[in-house]
Amino acid sequence: MASLKDLKNRIESVKSTQKITKAMQMVAAAKLRRAQEAAEAARPYAQRMAAVMANLSTAMAGTPGASPLLVGTGKSDTYLLVVMTADRGLCGGFNTNIVKKARERITTLQAAGKDVKLICVGKKGGEQLKRQFAKLIVERMDLSGEKTISGATSGKIGDKIRFMFENGEFDVCEIVSAEFESVISQKPRAKVLIPAIDAIDEGVERPDLAGAVYEAEPDEEVILNTLLPRYADTVILSALLENVAGEMGAKMAAMDNATRNAGELIDKLNLVYNRTRQAQITTELTEIISGAEAL
Amino acid sequence: MADKLHFDLVSPERRLFAGDVDQVVVPGEEGDFGVLPNHAPFMSVIRPGAIAVLNDGSTERTFIHGGFAEVTPAGLTILAEEAIPMSEIDADALAENLSNAREDVAAAKDEEEREHAEGLVAKYEAMQAALAN
Repeated sequence: MASLKDLKNRIESVKSTQKITKAMQMVAAAKLRRAQEAAEAARPYAQRMAAVMANLSTAMAGTPGASPLLVGTGKSDTYLLVVMTADRGLCGGFNTNIVKKARERITTLQAAGKDVKLICVGKKGGEQLKRQFAKLIVERMDLSGEKTISGATSGKIGDKIRFMFENGEFDVCEIVSAEFESVISQKPRAKVLIPAIDAIDEGVERPDLAGAVYEAEPDEEVILNTLLPRYADTVILSALLENVAGEMGAKMAAMDNATRNAGELIDKLNLVYNRTRQAQITTELTEIISGAEAL
Repeated sequence: MADKLHFDLVSPERRLFAGDVDQVVVPGEEGDFGVLPNHAPFMSVIRPGAIAVLNDGSTERTFIHGGFAEVTPAGLTILAEEAIPMSEIDADALAENLSNAREDVAAAKDEEEREHAEGLVAKYEAMQAALAN
């Protein structure tokens, strides 16, 4: 049986672990609030952008000059998956779930005879996918350098994707990231980014023009061509923001669990400690009494 | 009071304005245009400059750098890349930024750096022009 000193040490060590997990939980909670605010603040822009896109794209999709960013290359041979994960672990199954989703998607696409390329945003996803799909990864980006996710971050990713698209390196681009449903639930999902026409939800409300026709200045094509890259950036930005919020939510839940487990463990160890202490006292007493009796 | 125009000003980071106003003057790519209530559906690229929001006799100006204006029967929406209220722009700081940016253009080592600096110069110049009005 462990000695009293050993038990005491263990209790102390579990207690300090509990302090750390509790602190991490609180930090995650604070960060979660900020991340949620950022995600919410970005939403009106994204919604408006989607509405404008929906409007323009229906008008433009049929015309021969439509940008390939909108209508695609006409093929779907090569897929580019942008897998967004967190940079850090200790957030429960958050990263694993996203990677699992990505893996599923890759396997389905490969089974269908498509080529797959990967961009991993966030350290953890890259590390996990490297084991199985090292050859498919064309780029790994981590976000540890960025203090806050801003337009600059998503712009960098967007530029890279567009650069590859212009060089004909892929036909379809999808984002795999976590959708922030609530603090306790983040659902990984794959979302089409290019061709944009497939990405526009049917659900987006289109303004009722009451039969009027849009007038555009300079003209629709120019507008659409400047709008499309920006639209992609917006989608990437909101995915990133949601991912951060999801990461913090998952981390908070995971750390809350850890804190509770540590509490339970401390209770159990305390019980054992007290029992051992009592047993020791009893033994000592018995020894003294029987010694006294023997005299 | 006659009809009001519903006006939304949003940037990627946040919603800057939402409400009913009398008129908005927007610097369009091909010239300034004013939007009054019941304007016909219209869409335009915005050139860097200040938009003026007219409401109840007062005018509020906001500097917009890059973006779109969309007019629908529901109102006017401006999707701004970057938006700064004119009252927050400091002329002295701006002049300094501008001369710094010009120096950067001269000192740029490669094409990318120069393009970035030139973009900044153009932006600050547009800000100065907007401030002068």
